[in-house]
Amino acid sequence: MIFKPIISATDAAAKIKEGNSLMVGGFLNCGSPHTIICALKDNSVKNLTLISNDTAIHDFKTGKVTGVGYLVQARLFKKIIASHIGTNQETQRQMNAGETEVELVPQGTLAEQIRAGGAGLGGFLTPTGIGTEVADGKQVIVVAHRPFLLELPLKADVAIIKARKADKAGNLVFNGTARNFNPLMASAAAIVIAEVEEIVEVGEIDPDDVHTPSIFVDFLVKAELLD
Amino acid sequence: MQYIANREIIASRIARIFKTGEVVNLGIGLPTLVGKYISEDINIVFQSENGIMGLGPAPAKGSEDRDLTDAGGSPASIRSGGCFFDSAVSFGIIRGGHVDYTVLGVLEVDQEGNLANYKVPGKMVPGMGGAMDLTTGARVVIAAALHFQPSGASRLKRRCTLPLTALHEVNKLVTDLGVFEVLGGRFHLMECFAPYTPEWIVEHTDADVIVKNDCRIVTIDLSGEVKL
Repeated sequence: MIFKPIISATDAAAKIKEGNSLMVGGFLNCGSPHTIICALKDNSVKNLTLISNDTAIHDFKTGKVTGVGYLVQARLFKKIIASHIGTNQETQRQMNAGETEVELVPQGTLAEQIRAGGAGLGGFLTPTGIGTEVADGKQVIVVAHRPFLLELPLKADVAIIKARKADKAGNLVFNGTARNFNPLMASAAAIVIAEVEEIVEVGEIDPDDVHTPSIFVDFLVKAELLD
Repeated sequence: MQYIANREIIASRIARIFKTGEVVNLGIGLPTLVGKYISEDINIVFQSENGIMGLGPAPAKGSEDRDLTDAGGSPASIRSGGCFFDSAVSFGIIRGGHVDYTVLGVLEVDQEGNLANYKVPGKMVPGMGGAMDLTTGARVVIAAALHFQPSGASRLKRRCTLPLTALHEVNKLVTDLGVFEVLGGRFHLMECFAPYTPEWIVEHTDADVIVKNDCRIVTIDLSGEVKL
């Protein structure tokens, strides 16, 4: 079994280069790699494309910012692909001002696009979005008299994800609803960096309990920030 | 007759639709209120699209778990026998027809069963989240809405004016005036909540409403009882 390098959050952030596409795990802050996000927000890389379920929270009234919201605030993205931006007023502001391109994708389609990207599929057919703006410009394919949209796979240059526990080989175990998009993103990026709360010896995780196989993971980072 | 908006009546009436063993996904906002009116005598399995089967009530203060949240990001709990899964499995469950009911809040709903709830162009663009998949995949789509917008305009339309979340997917609509089925391009009034009358509802709704012959006039008290 090959051990995966355990690197600092700063070194992890440095692997994300100008213009990269970046997947960030998490669902409204739950299960996001907060330590790497914190290191990345101070980097000078720009023009990234974010692929994430949402952009966490940025509330202008209270000034509260969480998770990926720090990266939006630091203006790292030229494009954001997400299912929901309603809890981040800064994302909405950048979109309305034409500063950042935002592509809104139904959540199930986004999850499946990432799964398809990691699973070597050329796309998939979904009934979601038929008859709505989501269908604009997309191919409609009729199967057994029912129309479906052809949705294409999504991949990224780098994925930063969060797990509860890893062994030194990079096998991952998630906890509760912090799983969400993380296992999907682990399969769909060229470089996968997993931030974890605990790193154990190989053999300490029962093979039946592994949620994400080690071969998807390239680097491990020890979590220091959990929110 | 004066209209007084009442979200609790909507939640309380919807809670009585479900039966033991059914799988239900409640949307954010008004639909979340439905949970508090579910009778203890029935055993429903709540699905939450962020990856829970068997969602439980909000935890007591002090026992929140940062890794256990609902689809609105609020602290949640899981019932005994429940399980967690990733977002691809979650939406496989949803699109695959394994969820019996989805309850969604709406900005507009029309008599063709079209629903708009994710976007007001130029004003509010929060994104659809899981709503498009839920309306497309759930066996029965229940729209939950205050009958009138704050401006006084009927949320029930002949044709939605806002961008659609889903085409022809709404089966049932519960407002604070009554219960409607969407069939054959019309709203059918099945129940009317006193003190409103079917005639008043027809007159004040900006859509074609057919009053069923057996339309029931009911009084809903918020203990969840329906009085005939």
